[in-house]
Amino acid sequence: MGFNYLTTIIFLPAVGALLVAFWPGLKDRQIKWISAVVTFISFALSTYLFCIFDRSAAATGTMQFEEKISWIPAINAYYHLGVDGLSLPLVILMTFLGFLVILISWKIDLRPREYFAWVLLLEMSILGVFCSLDLLLFFLMWEIEVIPMYFLISIWGTGRKEYSAIKYVIYTLFGSAFMVAGILSLYFTTGSLDMIEIGQRGLAMVQSIMPVTGIFFLLIIGFAIKLPVFPLHTWLPDAHTDAPTAVSVILAGALLKMGGYGMIRICVSIFPAVARQYALLFIILALINIIYGAAITLRQTDLKRLIAYSSVSHMGYVLLGIFALSKVSLVGASLQMFSHGVITGLLFAMAGLVMHNVHERDLRKLGGLAKQLPIMAVVFSVAGLASLGLPTTAGFAAEFLVFLGSFSSTAIPGMSVYTVIAIIGVVLTAGYILWMIQRVFYQPAIEQYDGVHDADILERVYMFAFIAVIMLVGIYPAILTNIIDIGITPLVQLLGSL
Amino acid sequence: MNLMPFTPELTLAATAIIVILLDLGIQRKRWLAVVSIIGIVVSGGFTLGMWGGTPAAIFNNMLVADNFALFFKLLFLGIAALVILSSNDYVARFSRFQGEYYALVLLSALGMMLMAATTELISIYIALELSSIALYALVGFLKDSKSTEASLKYLLLGALSSAVLLFGMALVFGFTGKTQLGDIARVLGAMSAQTVIASPGLLLGMVLITAGFGFKIAAIPFHMWVPDVYEGAPTPITAYLSVASKAAGFAVILRVFHSALGSPSLLSLDWALMFAILAAIGMFVGNITALPQGNIKRMLGYSSIAQAGYLMVGLATMGLSPATSASGQSTVMFFLAGYALTNLGAFIAIIAISNKINSDMIDDFSGMIKRAPLLTLGLSFCLISLIGMPPAVGFMAKFYIFSGAVKQGLLWLVIIAVINSVISAYYYLRVVKVMWLGKPASAETVPSSYPLRVALSLSCLGVLVLGIVPGLMMKIAEFAGKMFAF
Repeated sequence: MGFNYLTTIIFLPAVGALLVAFWPGLKDRQIKWISAVVTFISFALSTYLFCIFDRSAAATGTMQFEEKISWIPAINAYYHLGVDGLSLPLVILMTFLGFLVILISWKIDLRPREYFAWVLLLEMSILGVFCSLDLLLFFLMWEIEVIPMYFLISIWGTGRKEYSAIKYVIYTLFGSAFMVAGILSLYFTTGSLDMIEIGQRGLAMVQSIMPVTGIFFLLIIGFAIKLPVFPLHTWLPDAHTDAPTAVSVILAGALLKMGGYGMIRICVSIFPAVARQYALLFIILALINIIYGAAITLRQTDLKRLIAYSSVSHMGYVLLGIFALSKVSLVGASLQMFSHGVITGLLFAMAGLVMHNVHERDLRKLGGLAKQLPIMAVVFSVAGLASLGLPTTAGFAAEFLVFLGSFSSTAIPGMSVYTVIAIIGVVLTAGYILWMIQRVFYQPAIEQYDGVHDADILERVYMFAFIAVIMLVGIYPAILTNIIDIGITPLVQLLGSL
Repeated sequence: MNLMPFTPELTLAATAIIVILLDLGIQRKRWLAVVSIIGIVVSGGFTLGMWGGTPAAIFNNMLVADNFALFFKLLFLGIAALVILSSNDYVARFSRFQGEYYALVLLSALGMMLMAATTELISIYIALELSSIALYALVGFLKDSKSTEASLKYLLLGALSSAVLLFGMALVFGFTGKTQLGDIARVLGAMSAQTVIASPGLLLGMVLITAGFGFKIAAIPFHMWVPDVYEGAPTPITAYLSVASKAAGFAVILRVFHSALGSPSLLSLDWALMFAILAAIGMFVGNITALPQGNIKRMLGYSSIAQAGYLMVGLATMGLSPATSASGQSTVMFFLAGYALTNLGAFIAIIAISNKINSDMIDDFSGMIKRAPLLTLGLSFCLISLIGMPPAVGFMAKFYIFSGAVKQGLLWLVIIAVINSVISAYYYLRVVKVMWLGKPASAETVPSSYPLRVALSLSCLGVLVLGIVPGLMMKIAEFAGKMFAF
């Protein structure tokens, strides 16, 4: 089994964080270079894993690059890492965003040492969530991300940053409180904390009287707050809007995916019968996410808040795809997680850039910036078009798979009607995206903004990196869906055998 | 008579006497602290030497040296050592009484060690009094109005609760005719379960004993002394009270309720339910009243009421577990060890900072990250541990205690407990926020002496290590959880 790839990918950012935080006498440039190098190595390693990942049919249902050592024998907890088709794209997403976020933060000058330490620690914990296969380790990593987020939002944020930060923390801890009760119940009923083992052995050997529905809902509350699912989404607009740019990118790009990943990996894999029983409830909630989220977005006048609310709507597609419980829709949901991560990451990065250069975020006061900021206009427009699902972008590939999968799903009667309602969301998305782009870039130029700087070299690097990935996945989605397929197939077999 | 099992206590008593005598002669009082630490280390050495051996009872089965007692003795010795190390910055305020300070800390530790080791009701009472009387004096050491008021409150309420405890013990004695815990268990085991449950005397005695010990562990509704005493006492003594006194109270509750009142199982179900309800109420009261506090010592006082609530969840688990399993008490012991490190770390940092800014108000801690970065980091880490978040030991301790509780069917209590953790996050993070985000009142750095920094580093290191690899300590707690009552 050779080199411990996953441990390196996860803990290299943590080592970087310790270096940056405690090495005396570091200058700002050195801090940034250390962070950039560390995250780049993680990204390179994860890309390497992507290349050597076993895509053959024999690999279906197995975890690759597994590491397992006994951790706390008293409670049967193991340090157990592994990736499969579901988690590998998310790991690549996080390492990709992790590296680009360092580039986005290159101009931070307020307390850079602490900033980069917290960002690296945050990256470690999110990677840990995606890679861990032991419930205690999963929960530990899930909780670790809260403190860096608190500091990042409350110190380097804008607007009502302290309020948004504490709201985020309390909301997340509230969800985690129920999640830990659910994990403990699972441990009590099965005697094991291993996700794979519990999923395979099934709950048929449970000898307790604790209802499985109760455990399912305890667990899913935490994930529902993270995704977020209406009506537990009210932390998201505040946290996204008031966080600094790079943190918004990580938050929208990777943190929200932890919720979706948790739902698929834990809730649906371990409790397929309960998932099928309550699928209708979650489909309805997904539709509310999509339509209501999009409707609210139309009314926004702050650039960042608009993109934040659009995340609520887009994650509704993920929820729809998960609880349509068909193979294509689950693959679509996973692909949507990846593509939304990259697209919304780019949108937030561009919004931050606009706000930084123009010093204005109110849509009513912006206008005609395409004249002064041509490159940013093009990139922002591409990002927006990807967000509304234009073909050749990743957004289209993902949404199409979700709609196709849910339309043809046989899990719940009347699925086709729900899918059609969801597709209306696309129209609303087009509405707010195009209107936003028009208001920011394509009206007559305003003289006040003459002389604002367009993107410089560094910014162009990461903008084009984002665009490249969006286009690549959009034109050839099989590059990812081949892998996702391998991870989803055993789950579908589990659902199908009900 | 074999005195070998008694050597740790003898050493500590001798050290206390030596410190008092030395105080007459030497001028540099710093040496008294050194002598105290040496005495603690020697006593700890004797305790470690007995670890893992067969349990021995001496003094006619009044004192027992089983692993349970040894675990707590090591815990108290460690806490006393850390308190003495961190008092270094503080003792300058006690102009004339430094020798007495160290001696009283040692004597109080001695009393606590005896509390963990005795298996006989009257000896428990004596040990409790030894420890408490020393603490009454220590609380009033600053001799200002707040400190004296705190000391008087503690004394009066403590005396009252000891009286109630004694009454409870008398009732139990009256019902069973025995004071040795093992004998009580045998008498109760010989009677039919119906007689035991239906007897008002025994049940009343049990409730009064709970009241007496509940005072010590700051359990609802015997908690009213905590905020005032914590606020008025010198900060090292507040730290000492909040961890050592609480641990001693739990040690003696574990022993009495497990060994003496553990069977029949209907009886243990009774008191398990009682502790469960007290825990639930205690957690809510402690956390909600901590929310508006502005004085950090008062806030940590209310938070310790809530932490006692989490610990009582473990007591309820012990009551519901079968008598042969050590799971309930081992979770409580692990939590106490972790909680001791965490709270000590927090208070040590507060000692240094309060010393400099001459205030205990949270708002005056504003901007401390710039003035005392390492102290702030330590304090923040300990506060995060108190919330119960990884990678600190608070998370592992709560997970361990809650896993035991869920196993015994207390899922409702666990849900209440985790919701309380969320409530507590608000006031702990408020301190963190003020320290990291606020504007510093002045640019001067906060000085801290070398012993204090050593103590803080040890505590925080312990919190981190136990949070990431708790396996060894959990195994130790499981091993030490088996109590012998003879």
